[in-house]
Amino acid sequence: MNIIEETHPPPPAKLEPDYLEAGHTVRSWLLTTDHKRIGLLYLFSIIFFFFIAAVAAGIMRLELLTPKGDLVLSETYSKLFTLHGVIMVWFFLIPSIPTVLGNFLIPMMIGARDVAFPKLNLLSWYLFMAGGMFALYAIIAGGVDTGWTFYTPYSSRYSNSHVIEMATGIFLSGFGSILTGLNFIITVHKMRAPGMTWFRLPLFIWSHYATSLILVLATPVLAITLLLMALERIWGIGIFDPRIGGDPVLFQHLFWFYSHPAVYIMVLPSMAVISELIPCFSRKQIFGYKFIAFASLAIAFLGFLVWGHHMFVAGPSVYAGLVFSLLSFLVAIPSAIKVFNWTATLHRGSISFETPMLYALGFIGLFSLGGLTGLFLAALGADVHLTDTYFIIAHFHYIMVGGTVLGFMGGMHFWWPKITGRMYPEKMGQLAALVTFIGFNLTFFPQFILGYLGMPRRYHAYAPEYQVYNVLSTAGASILAVGYILPVIYFIWSLHKGKKAPANPWNATGLEWQTPSPPPVHNFYETPLVVKGPYDYSPEEEERKLEERHG
Amino acid sequence: MSAKIISPKTYVLVWLALMILLFLTWGASEINFGVFSPVIAIVIAVIKMLLVVLIFMHVRYSSRLTWVFAAAGFLWLMIMITLTMGDYLTRGTVRPQNKSIPEWKVDTESQSR
Amino acid sequence: MAEATNAIAEQFDSSEQQHESAWLGLWAFLATEVLFFGGVFLGYIVYRHVYYESFVLASRTTNLVYGTVNTAVLLTSSLTMALAVHAAQVGKNKNLVRFLILTILLAITFMGVKGVEYYEHYKDHQIPGPSFVLKGAPEGELFYYFYFTMTGLHALHVVIGIGLLSVMALLAARRRFNPAYYTPVELSGLYWHFVDIVWIFLYPLIYLISRHS
Repeated sequence: MNIIEETHPPPPAKLEPDYLEAGHTVRSWLLTTDHKRIGLLYLFSIIFFFFIAAVAAGIMRLELLTPKGDLVLSETYSKLFTLHGVIMVWFFLIPSIPTVLGNFLIPMMIGARDVAFPKLNLLSWYLFMAGGMFALYAIIAGGVDTGWTFYTPYSSRYSNSHVIEMATGIFLSGFGSILTGLNFIITVHKMRAPGMTWFRLPLFIWSHYATSLILVLATPVLAITLLLMALERIWGIGIFDPRIGGDPVLFQHLFWFYSHPAVYIMVLPSMAVISELIPCFSRKQIFGYKFIAFASLAIAFLGFLVWGHHMFVAGPSVYAGLVFSLLSFLVAIPSAIKVFNWTATLHRGSISFETPMLYALGFIGLFSLGGLTGLFLAALGADVHLTDTYFIIAHFHYIMVGGTVLGFMGGMHFWWPKITGRMYPEKMGQLAALVTFIGFNLTFFPQFILGYLGMPRRYHAYAPEYQVYNVLSTAGASILAVGYILPVIYFIWSLHKGKKAPANPWNATGLEWQTPSPPPVHNFYETPLVVKGPYDYSPEEEERKLEERHG
Repeated sequence: MSAKIISPKTYVLVWLALMILLFLTWGASEINFGVFSPVIAIVIAVIKMLLVVLIFMHVRYSSRLTWVFAAAGFLWLMIMITLTMGDYLTRGTVRPQNKSIPEWKVDTESQSR
Repeated sequence: MAEATNAIAEQFDSSEQQHESAWLGLWAFLATEVLFFGGVFLGYIVYRHVYYESFVLASRTTNLVYGTVNTAVLLTSSLTMALAVHAAQVGKNKNLVRFLILTILLAITFMGVKGVEYYEHYKDHQIPGPSFVLKGAPEGELFYYFYFTMTGLHALHVVIGIGLLSVMALLAARRRFNPAYYTPVELSGLYWHFVDIVWIFLYPLIYLISRHS
């Protein structure tokens, strides 16, 4: 079962306190360089931002209950969807899995005491928070109405909202992301335990490595783009300014060179989590390890070649459109490889349906639907019809929420015992997963239809014939809200009332399960020696054990 | 520490080479090579960069991983430039169906001035 | 004494591992810098293609002498930086301090020349904005916008470099480095060479390629 040949029971004499007991002062948290504590700092921060952005979404859904714009002004509505987009993208989705679970688990999974640069890791969090404060200021001071894409010349010249403050916030948090990515890359290269070869790395690590590559290579382009946009706004003229010959489409090129790969920053870590959950809850070796590993890198690479599909109607050349359309189809290949391999892992496995597995199965379904509708949008002709409609909204929410959020929730449930040393209530967990899945589909599936029928995005009023679907969607959103709030309640409850978690409650392989829950400050009492691959499960063994127990 | 020590003489020689290249590229800019003028300037710049990266920055004496890290940024920049220029270089090269060839020619000429 | 300054951080097993991590970390950071500058370089290339005549005309109004002198200054500062790292490697602390100071002085020289150049552009009304004048080149303003953004960003990096190297010089003067531990000097050196490389490309793009084409 174990990856470690011999497990050393910790000698009680030199027993180190676990990382939560190591200090209780505020100072011990705010100045910590422990990757596990930094992961928790991120967890609290992103949950905070998530609920701000979720409230904005709630108000929008309420407004869309009726065709008339009767709840908020159209200007306020613009500010709401900008707030929702900016905060969700840069202050929840992009940091979500990498900075919480990635931070917590990457060093443990490779058998290291910490990341390569712990102080830099803390600095990343401070940059993220500084960025968050700028963003909050921009919201409180009156909001931003440009949409999360900040297209020029609207953002640089015409908008009267707090564009500069918001851009500064994103710039700072982007800098934090770059440092996180850099930290992970060096950690994976240099901090692996003895015997931890590249092909013994859990797929979680491969996916996070691919994510980090994107963070490091794409984010600086966002930084320069926002800088040029802000410069144009302050200086009065700039390189995207048509009055001196500038081309606003160039802004879109630069912006999407970052923002399309950013989609993979959001979804690859979720795939990382799923690749751990599926083998554990089917008690089976993962199918096609190398295919999944290399598919992660392929997604990261191909993700850089397809940004033009966001701009089909913005007026690039027809040839460029064709090339980008073709390249966009290519990304489907590694994504499909992953889905097929996960499905093949399930085949003849000894499957059990604990909460993390429910989220994982939900992920596979929703991600497939999100990915397949992406193919509609990659097709040049279909995209012209669907651009800026609710079809787009539905498509990327299937990836962002159905993909990233479900992966995040699955991962949080799976590693919650490791993080806190407590079990969450299983029945409640299963209920929440089910409610989330139903609520999500009810919210976003009608939006595919709305978009196909032609309802444009970003308006607070719409034609009356769209009302039925909008009512369904709003009803779904309220169910979804329950699905989000439930875990928050029982997670907090479990901190005091939850069952004490053993070191390895899921009987999972992986180095992080070989150390106590919660782990000691330096993760392991002794540096582990790795002699086996990561997914050493055997379903036959599992069946035999079950029979013994019941018979 | 593991890093290889390179003699100061090598550094001075590299600097001399850089200075000669600077002189060459400056001189070349004063002569009309037509379309090759920018090509010569950029090629010399690349050679200068390689000298700095390989010798001054010790990449020549470093692990393969360092080579990969050093090349990655440039490779990705090339992706960005190639695909974006793919758009700008081919704009206005397809005739819209509602325009006749003479109409379209007038249009593209006025666009590119 | 060596023990005190060479302490290995607790997450590492050896000073070798620590050094390689820092070294690779800085290279990864430089990759982000390449793409950061790359965004503006891309814009320049795009507009030089679209507004070829204007960019050629405007480019010829830049001062080739200042550009060339500054290239020579920066290339020389790269030499002194490389020699500083060498001095650190062989433990010649006095030489290390000297070469660091020399590098800083060359960097300041670069900034001085740049300042004079900027001032002349200001006098010639070549700063983009309402007072901008450049006859015969309708998109000359765009060229000068790029000129100032690119050289400005580069100058910002030079200033950061001056700060970094000053800290290194101070630490070196306090004998904080020895042949077993000089990673900060080495990494500052990498950063400084990178600043040089950016200029190696800015020089032809701004001053050279349009002189005769």
